[in-house]
Amino acid sequence: MRAQSLSHLFSHQVIALAGVLLINWMVFPGFFDVTWKDGRLFGSLIDVINRGAPVAILAIGMTPIIATRGVDLSVGAVMAVAGAVAATFTVAGHPLVVTLAAALAVAIACGLWNGLLIAFLGIQPFVATLVLMVAGRGLAQLITEGSIVTFSDPALIFIGTGSLLGLPMPAVIALLLMLGAHLFVRRTAMGLFIEAIGTNRSAATYTGLRSRSLILAIYAFGGFCAGVAGIIAAADIRGADANNAGLWLELDAILAVVIGGTSLLGGRFSIPLSVLGAIIIQAMNTGILVSGFPPEFNLIVKAGVIMIILILQSARLGEIVAAIRTKNPLGRKTP
Amino acid sequence: MTNDQRAVLQATGITKTFGSHAALKNVDIAFQAGEVHALLGENGAGKSTLIKILTGAYSLDQGTIRLDGEEVSFATPLQAQALGIGTVYQEVNLLPNMTVMDNLYIGRQPRRFGLVDRKRMEREARAVLSGYGLDIDVRADLSTFSVAVQQIVAIARAVALSGKVLILDEPTASLDAAEVEKLFDIVRRLKARGLAIVFITHFLDQVFALSDRVTVLRNGQLIGTRAISDINRTEVVKMMLGKDLALHHGEILAEESEVGETLVSLRDYGLKGRVEPINLDIHRGEVIGVAGLLGSGRTEMARLLFGIDTADSGRIAVDGRDATIRSPRDAVALGFGFCPEDRKLDGIFGDLSVRENIVMAMQARLGWFRALTRDEQMEIAGNYIEALDIRTASAELPVKLLSGGNQQKVILARWLATDPRFLILDEPTRGIDVGAHAEIVRVISRLREDGLALVVISSELDEVVSYSSRVVVMRDRAIAAELHGADINVARIVETIASHHAEAEQ
Repeated sequence: MRAQSLSHLFSHQVIALAGVLLINWMVFPGFFDVTWKDGRLFGSLIDVINRGAPVAILAIGMTPIIATRGVDLSVGAVMAVAGAVAATFTVAGHPLVVTLAAALAVAIACGLWNGLLIAFLGIQPFVATLVLMVAGRGLAQLITEGSIVTFSDPALIFIGTGSLLGLPMPAVIALLLMLGAHLFVRRTAMGLFIEAIGTNRSAATYTGLRSRSLILAIYAFGGFCAGVAGIIAAADIRGADANNAGLWLELDAILAVVIGGTSLLGGRFSIPLSVLGAIIIQAMNTGILVSGFPPEFNLIVKAGVIMIILILQSARLGEIVAAIRTKNPLGRKTP
Repeated sequence: MTNDQRAVLQATGITKTFGSHAALKNVDIAFQAGEVHALLGENGAGKSTLIKILTGAYSLDQGTIRLDGEEVSFATPLQAQALGIGTVYQEVNLLPNMTVMDNLYIGRQPRRFGLVDRKRMEREARAVLSGYGLDIDVRADLSTFSVAVQQIVAIARAVALSGKVLILDEPTASLDAAEVEKLFDIVRRLKARGLAIVFITHFLDQVFALSDRVTVLRNGQLIGTRAISDINRTEVVKMMLGKDLALHHGEILAEESEVGETLVSLRDYGLKGRVEPINLDIHRGEVIGVAGLLGSGRTEMARLLFGIDTADSGRIAVDGRDATIRSPRDAVALGFGFCPEDRKLDGIFGDLSVRENIVMAMQARLGWFRALTRDEQMEIAGNYIEALDIRTASAELPVKLLSGGNQQKVILARWLATDPRFLILDEPTRGIDVGAHAEIVRVISRLREDGLALVVISSELDEVVSYSSRVVVMRDRAIAAELHGADINVARIVETIASHHAEAEQ
């Protein structure tokens, strides 16, 4: 039963991804070419998972948040903060472990702040995280003192541009984080509780769930994921850009989660499908780039494709199709 | 009720079905000019469905509505309003951030040269409101006035817009005694002006103080319409609560000596404004039935016991030890369970499976990290599906697809899985079919025999009588009386509910 429902869910996203990849291949026949060079894989496909990794990581953190009827608009800004902390720490000469720990700690603190506002003060997630979305970038600018802090520590840079077993590091990190998060929520009771809170918060409270602590933990995890994405983004360009790092990525992450089938109204969720959603978005971006389409069209094409995916997923469409199907036989009978 | 010549608004044969549930079955009702007509019934009786049909918010499946003798059909509330039927809801639905006069005239402002003539509007608003005995600054924001004033403004607007039938849906729910009196004056004045006034309330005192006639609905059916002079309080309560249940009557459980030791003990336990201080001992192996009309404090007491609201006075002891219950979590830790009145809103996780719904409370007790494996979950769910005879195609079916009775059993199963000592059931049989109804009543008796302590709130008095070891009657947010032994019968309970405040002191 479960396998069945999962395969049913899978179909939409996998078909969408296949469709996008097919179109990519049609407009750019070399799309699927993958070559091995200098001990790592190269090609458009590899590029998709590499470039898609930051949004995929954000989507991993965003999924439980959206599943509890929340949203985190601040993750893009938290990326900038984490990148700024990592850059300043490494420039100050701290070892890699300290640098990473500091950046992640600050990111988790940002998530906790959101969680406190939402779970304990009852502020709507949209507004609560909007605060940090604005303030976070300011914070990042303060940390970098208004300039772009560049660094050259090879260990830190490796996180953004290195490779492991032929795969780019960002993709490896995203994959491991996805597996870890997925196993964690499904092997513990977290997944069940998240879906319970998202489905009916009042019933969850009446049942004795610790809704507040769980929501706090979820936002902290969202902050952590934003921190990881922020470090990758900074390592990729070897510098922390407080103004542009992670800009608008929160919206891509939300979109990835929605494409992955988690409703903004909360409830059932799947972290792997959200990651798939992020890959679909990136496959589109890359496809538009390699196709040689005028860049002016990028956003329009992207919006169009996303609309098609969302319409295909809509429950209402399913109802309409079902209604037409049941009506049709009757229609045929009438002479 | 045949064709009533004097009726302003007459509805005949009204039937409305939602899915498989008949919310109204062949209901006839007529409202006359110059009368206050009380519409009574417990939750789920069909009052609000009837009102929504009369005001055009719902379409009707069968039946006719006549206004001034002519058949009408409203597609929208606006049409009903334009034809003369105005409604004032319990929660005033005006615009609190606009001025009083704007609220009175929005959509029909007096104009001068195409612009809103605010001077005239102010003058007219003052004149209109003075007719209601209200002399206030109509240019101030509505939100700066009390609920009572807002209520009167809403009435004034409804009367000005419609002017034939005025429906007041629990208008006094948030008013104090003096404000209620003022409102009643206004209603009487409107009645004298020839309006038909429909008055919905849960307070019997107010029904008898204000109404000329009363109509009672129960389970979507018309029980009857009576002139207030021909009926007394006990009869009204009887009509509302009825006793038509085809239920297997158990022997009366009079033997209180059979019950076990005290499990929960309440001393002056209360919350200001919600529940007056309660003194009650609840024993193992005992069912305490709680009777009382809606708004009598029944649900409020349950919420207090389960920590949804926190008491501000008195003490609660469990097993002889003082306890603090500040949240449902505290209550669950003490071995309490609660089946809420509104299953959909507070009970079930609709999209989650029957299995997940059943294991939820147990898992919540185990915490985040000691997760039940899938096999364990299947076993627990399977056991209770069998034990309570939950009719579902599979344990994996979303619980929202089950019938009301089976949903209720799922919630019961959820608590039974935690091995509770004390269960609070709020209207466990409301809105479920007769078969499941009888089964739930049987389960209650079985749990009592197993040594659980139960508090069961119900409006079905036959049912209360059949399973209760003791009956607590609530009135005006306090325990009005406790009935034992031979006193546990429907007539006695009805009498106690209806009796005046005189003997309320126990």
